Amino acid sequence: MTALRPRILVVDDEPPIRRLLRTGLATQGFDIVDAADGEKALDALSARHDLVILDLGLPGINGLEVLRLMRERGDATPVLILSSRDDEVGKVKAFDLGADDYVTKPFGMNELIARVRTALRHGVQTEGGKPTFRLDGLDVDLVRRVVKRDGIEVKLSPKEFDLLRVLVQNAGKVLTHAFLLRQVWGTTTDPQQLRVYVRQLRQKIERVPDQPVWIATEVGVGYRLRAPET
Amino acid sequence: MDKDARDRRRPSPDALLRSAQRDEHRVGRLKIFLGAAPGVGKTYAMLLAARARLKEGVDVVAAVVETHGRGETQALLADLEVLPRRLVDYRTRVLDEMDPDAVLARKPELALVDELAHTNAEGSRHPKRYLDVEELLDAGIDVYTTLNVQHVESLNGVVAQITRIRVRETVPDAILDRADDIEAIDLAPEDLIQRLREGKVYVPRQAERALRSFFSPGNLTALRELALRRTAQRVDAQLLAHMQSNAISGPWAAGERVLVCIGANADAENLVRHAKRIADRLHASATAIHVETAHSLRLDAARLDSLAEALRLAGRLGVETVTLPSGGRRIVDDLLAYARANNVTHIIVGRTRRSRWTEMLGGSIVSDLVRRAGCINVHVIAEPETERPPEVRTTLREPLKLAPYAAAFAFVFGALAVAEGIEPAFGVQNVDLVFLTAVVAAAISSGLYPSLFAVVLSTLAYNFFFLPPLYTFTIADPTNVAALFFFTLVAVLVSNLTARVRSQATIAQARARTTEALYSFSRKLAQCVGADDVLWAMAYQIASMLGVRVVVLLPENGMLAVRAGYPPEDELAAADLAAAQWTWSRNAPAGRGADTLPGAQRFFAPMRTARGPIGVVGLDTDKPGALLTPDQRRLFDALLDQGALALERVHLVADLDDARRAAETDKLRSALLTSISHDLRTPLASVLGSATTIRDLGSALDDEEKANLVATIIEESERLNRFIANLLDMTKLESGALKPNVTPMDVGEIVGAALHRAAKILAGHAVRTEMERDLPMLDLDPVLFEQILFNLLDNAAKYAPEGTTITIRLERQRAQLVLQVIDEGAGIPAADTKLVFEKFYRARKGDRVRAGTGLGLAISRGFVEAMGGTIEASNRADRPGAVLTLRFTMPNGALGSAA
Repeated sequence: MTALRPRILVVDDEPPIRRLLRTGLATQGFDIVDAADGEKALDALSARHDLVILDLGLPGINGLEVLRLMRERGDATPVLILSSRDDEVGKVKAFDLGADDYVTKPFGMNELIARVRTALRHGVQTEGGKPTFRLDGLDVDLVRRVVKRDGIEVKLSPKEFDLLRVLVQNAGKVLTHAFLLRQVWGTTTDPQQLRVYVRQLRQKIERVPDQPVWIATEVGVGYRLRAPET
Repeated sequence: MDKDARDRRRPSPDALLRSAQRDEHRVGRLKIFLGAAPGVGKTYAMLLAARARLKEGVDVVAAVVETHGRGETQALLADLEVLPRRLVDYRTRVLDEMDPDAVLARKPELALVDELAHTNAEGSRHPKRYLDVEELLDAGIDVYTTLNVQHVESLNGVVAQITRIRVRETVPDAILDRADDIEAIDLAPEDLIQRLREGKVYVPRQAERALRSFFSPGNLTALRELALRRTAQRVDAQLLAHMQSNAISGPWAAGERVLVCIGANADAENLVRHAKRIADRLHASATAIHVETAHSLRLDAARLDSLAEALRLAGRLGVETVTLPSGGRRIVDDLLAYARANNVTHIIVGRTRRSRWTEMLGGSIVSDLVRRAGCINVHVIAEPETERPPEVRTTLREPLKLAPYAAAFAFVFGALAVAEGIEPAFGVQNVDLVFLTAVVAAAISSGLYPSLFAVVLSTLAYNFFFLPPLYTFTIADPTNVAALFFFTLVAVLVSNLTARVRSQATIAQARARTTEALYSFSRKLAQCVGADDVLWAMAYQIASMLGVRVVVLLPENGMLAVRAGYPPEDELAAADLAAAQWTWSRNAPAGRGADTLPGAQRFFAPMRTARGPIGVVGLDTDKPGALLTPDQRRLFDALLDQGALALERVHLVADLDDARRAAETDKLRSALLTSISHDLRTPLASVLGSATTIRDLGSALDDEEKANLVATIIEESERLNRFIANLLDMTKLESGALKPNVTPMDVGEIVGAALHRAAKILAGHAVRTEMERDLPMLDLDPVLFEQILFNLLDNAAKYAPEGTTITIRLERQRAQLVLQVIDEGAGIPAADTKLVFEKFYRARKGDRVRAGTGLGLAISRGFVEAMGGTIEASNRADRPGAVLTLRFTMPNGALGSAA
C-alpha cells in the first residue's frame, strides 16, 4: 500500500506559493504534486489523490470551475480552497459546489496543516461509511437511530435526526444552508426552518446549548459538526 | 384654494385632524373685530385686547393702527411697540403702508393690523392688506385685525342694497372662515349717531355727505343685524365643528349642495354672492355652473368679461366653478342632468327680464326649471333694480360679413332658375320645395341669419315669379296667400332647426380642435427626450394656442432662471423675476392679474406635479386687460399639467440613467477592489506563509529549504513594494501631482538601466536589442522613462511564455524617435488595443489573468503623456505577439545634428 503517505495536489498559479506549500507540507510527510493552472490540475486528477488544495483565481479554467468539473465527473476527493477571496458569496459558492474547507490568504502554515489533516480524515470517513460516530460524549448510531449524550439517550424527532445524520456523515466539513435544506427537506426555500431545527438540535445534544461545541456556526455560510479525533 | 375654503366652511368629521394639523404647522391665529359701521370702536376694542395680552407677557407689536387722531385710542397705543411703516411714492403724494417684511423680520407673537379691507398702494407686494395678513399668519404670527361688515365679499351686494352705496374694498369670505375668533363690536345705532354728532367718528372729508346718509338709523340697524348674524353664523360653524369632532350626533344638514347657474349678464356676480350665502347657511358646498352654447361663444368681449369676472368671484368665495358644453339640447336639460348627477339639492337662477314674447318663442329657462326640477329646490333670484343700467343687447352676431348673404342670394337665384325650368313640367305647386332647398342650403353653409335672408328672398321671388298675377308682389288667389304663409312659416322653422344643428356642429368642432391640439401636444411631448425639448414644445404650444408670449423658468442652484421662451427671451425684469420667485416659493400664481405682485408685466403660474412645483411659466401680451379668459385659463392649466408631467418623466428617465450608471460604477469599483485585494494578498500570502513555515516547522527544514523560504519572503516583499509604488504613481497621476523633471537624456542609456533592473523578471526570456546609433538626446525625465520601460518589459515577461524572445527596437522615423517592445506571446485581442491602457484593464477579465497589477500600462501612458509622447499597442504582423510603441518628437535642432 503506497497510500500510507497521503498525496496532495496543490493548484496555484503563483510559483512562490507552490514552492512554499511544497516545502511546508513535505515536512509533515505528505507527497506533493503541483499544477499551475486548471487544465493541468484536471489532467493530474486522473490519477488518485487524497486531497486537493485549490486556488480560485487561476488563469484559464478558474478554481470554482475546476471544482465543479471534478464533482461532475464523480471525483469525491476532498478539496480545500486556498484563496485571497474572503467574501461570503464566494465561500458559499465554493461550499455549494462541494468544497470541504476554505482557507483565506494570507495564512499561517500551522493552521493550514491542521485543516489539511481534518480534510484528509474526512476523506477517509466518507469512504468508510462508519455506521457509528463518537465525539467525546456524543454517540450517534446511524443504523439503530440512537443518539446518546454522556451515555444518556436523547429523543430526537425524525427531522432532527435527519439533520444530525447529514452533519455526522459530513463531520468536519462546512455545510451550507442550501445544502442542508436540500438534504433534509428537499427544498431550499426557507432558511429560517433550518435555523429553528439547529437550535432544537443544540438544545438536545449540546451540554451548554448557548455555547455550542459540537455544532459550530459558520457565519453567513452554514454549519459544521466537529470532526472526531482519531 | 377652492377646496380648502370649502372644507373650512363645512366642518367634516376629520375636524380633529385638521385642528391638529394647524397646531403642527404653527400657523398664526387670526382674530377679527367685526363692526357694523365705522365708529363703533373696533380699533379701541382691539387695542384693549392687545394690552391685555401684553400684560400676560405676549410679544405684541402694532404693525399698522389708525387712530384718526382720537385721544383715547392714541393713549391705548402708548405702551405698544409701533413698527415703522413703509413709505410709497404714489403720484404726487407719499402714502404709508404696512411693511410686511418689517413685521416678518421682527417676528412678534402678535401683530395688530387695523382695517383688514384696506387696498395697498400700487407697487406693494400684495394689492390687498388681507393678503399681507395671510402671509403673516403663514409665518406663524398671530394677528388681530378690524373689519366692517360691508367689506365682506358675500355681503357686499346686500349692503349695497341697504345703503345704496357700493363699497369697492372687499375681503373674501374665506378669510373670515379662516379666522379663529370673530368678535362682534356692537354699539346701538342711537349711540353711534350720537358719537357721530360729537365728532368722535372719523369721516374722510370728501365722503362726508354720502357717509352721513349712510349713518341713518335704518341703515345702521340693518348693518348691525348683518354683522351679528355673520358672527353668529361663524359661531354656528365652530359649534358644528366641535360637535363633529366630539362625535355628538346632531341635526346638521348633510349632503346639501347648491348649484348656481350663471350666464353672461351683469347679474351673474350677484347670483354667485347669493349662492354663497345660501350655501353657508346650509353648510353646503356650492358650485357655479355656466352652460356654454353657440350663443355664448359669440358674445362680445364686455359680456364675456362679466362672465369671467363672475367665475373669478366664485373662485374667491370658495365656490367651485364648472363650464359645461351644451349637449345640443335645451340649457335646462344640461343643468338638470348635471344637478342630478352631482346630487344637487338647491338650484339658484336669476329671474331674467325677457319679454313674454321671447319667452313664448324661446321658452323660459326659469319656468322650465321649476316645472322639471322634481325634488330639487329652485331659488329664483330677482335682479337688483338699481345701479345697473338696463341690459343692452350687445350680442354680436358673427360680425356682419357680406359673403354669407351673397351665398344665400346665390342659392335663391339658383333655385329661381331651377324653378323656372321645372315649372312648365311639374306645375307651380312643387316650386316652393325648390326654394325650401335653397333655404336649407343657406342655413347649412352660412347659419341662421343668411338663411332667414334666404327665406325673405325666396318668399318674394316665389310671389313675384310664380304666383299670379305674375311679376307683381300682389296675390290674386286667397289660397295662394295661405300657401305663401305656410311656405314662409316652414322655411323659418327649417332654417332655425338647421342653423341650430350647424352651430352645435361648430361648437363641437371648436372643442374637437382644442382636444386635438391637446392630444397632439401630448404626443409631441411624449417624443421629447430632453428637458429642453419639453420646455420648448410647451412654450411654443402655449404661445400658439393662447396667443401670448411665454417664458419658462426652472430652478438652477436655488434661483429661477429662464430656460425657454416663445418668442425667445433671456432675461426678465426684476419685478417679473420677483413675481416668478414668489410663485415658485408659494406654489401659487402671481403677477399681472393675480392677487400678488400685480405690478409685474407677466402673469406667472407654477408647473405642478405630485412632488410639488417643478418650474414656473410666465405669460404676457401687448393687449391691455385680462390676460386669459376663464376658458383659456383652464386650457393653460391643462397645458401646464401636461408639460409638468412630461418634464417630470424626462427627469425620472435621467434619474434612472444616473442610477444605472451609478450601479455600473459600483460594479466596476467592486471588481477593482477584488482585484486590488488579490494583488495585495497574493505576495503577502507567500511572505506570511514562508515566515510561519520557518517559525513553526523550522526544525524539520534543512538549510537550503530555509534559504529558499527567506528568498521567497524577500522577492514577494519587493513585489508588494512595486505594487504599492504603482498604486502611488497612479494616485499621483490622477491627482495631477506628477511633474516630470526633464533633462536631455540618451535614450539608449536608460534602456540599459531598465534592462538591468528587470533582469530578474526577464530571467526566463531571451532579450534582443536593435538600437540605431547616434540618436539625438531627448528631453526626458530619466526616472519616469525608466519606469515606463520597466513596466513594458514586466508586461512582456508576464504575457509571453518563458523561453521566447523579447525585442527592444529603437529607431528614428522622420522627426520622431520610436521605441518598441515586441514579444512573442499571444498578442492583444484586436478590440482591446485601446483598452489595455485603461486602469485595471485586467480587472474586466475576472480570474483569467496572470498575476499583475493591471496598472503598469495605465501608468506608462500617464508618464509618456506627461513628457509629451504617445504610446500605442498593436499586434505583430509576422507572428503572434504584442508590440508596444512609444513615440517622442525630436527637438528641432536634433535633425541636423544627427545627420
